[in-house]
Amino acid sequence: MERNQTRRQIAGMRQSLFDQGLVDEQFVQLEELQDDANPNFVEEVATLYYRDSSRLIQNLDQALEKSPLDFNKLDNYMHQLKGSSSSIGAKKVKAECTHFKEYCRTANREGCMRSFQQLKKEYALLKKKLEAYFQMARQAGPSNAACRPK
Amino acid sequence: MAPQQQFHVLAVDDSIIDRKLIERLLKTSSYQVTVVDSGSKALEFLGLNEDEQMDQDVSSVLPSDHEQDLEVNLIITDYWMPGMTGYELLRKIKQSKSLKDIPVVIMSSENVPSRINRCLKEGAEEFFLKPVQMSDVNKLKPHLLRGRAMEDEPIINKIEATLEVI
Repeated sequence: MERNQTRRQIAGMRQSLFDQGLVDEQFVQLEELQDDANPNFVEEVATLYYRDSSRLIQNLDQALEKSPLDFNKLDNYMHQLKGSSSSIGAKKVKAECTHFKEYCRTANREGCMRSFQQLKKEYALLKKKLEAYFQMARQAGPSNAACRPK
Repeated sequence: MAPQQQFHVLAVDDSIIDRKLIERLLKTSSYQVTVVDSGSKALEFLGLNEDEQMDQDVSSVLPSDHEQDLEVNLIITDYWMPGMTGYELLRKIKQSKSLKDIPVVIMSSENVPSRINRCLKEGAEEFFLKPVQMSDVNKLKPHLLRGRAMEDEPIINKIEATLEVI
């Protein structure tokens, strides 16, 4: 049945998010908060996350162009990004935030630059994968809303 | 013991994602929820102006025009916020005659023992590490029940009621 095939595909996409280390246990926690009354909760959180993150990334981009670098400011932005990444379960992005903060602590400009490039890559990949996953789940219909397999 | 009405929790967090998350967690536990994005907005909602600080003689919170139709049974706040921190908010609440008995819970993304101790010393009931989970929110019930028991019982029975709940 086509429906089962779609379900398997969605489950596969979901599993690969974990297998590739893109998301962690917190993502599962979000899924568990989803129910019939709130069928799109995880996607809603993700949408807020993209919006909030892109704002912070933009701020970081601008701040990193300054000379000399204001490491306090950078650390502050990154603290916010780390927080929201943690809340959505964005494992790799969160790890990169930690690296960046460490470079801030040691006032390492090169380290910050490198780390930020890596972070942007991780973020872009996560966003792409999540968007594809949610789109697939939505297309499959309300009964197939992205949620933890029961 | 069936509550007469829903418990009302005020959540404070400057992060839009965390606000969404805490709101969902609290609603899942059948609490009525108000969410604000800063300490000053929290105080405004509680009916306490910035000027009106300690020992003001307000026996109950005077309802401003539109806010405070509902009593707040617990406040849960993020620690690190621009402007007023959660710790500062906690202090203001504990210093306010009208608000000091409302249980306050602090949330933080950082596990800093000195910070935790400072908050608990200042009167916070719990300190949750972020991301906050259902298992954390489940810990709120005893504090809410204790608050209600103290409201309903006459003073003589206050201690008794508290011991019963523990």
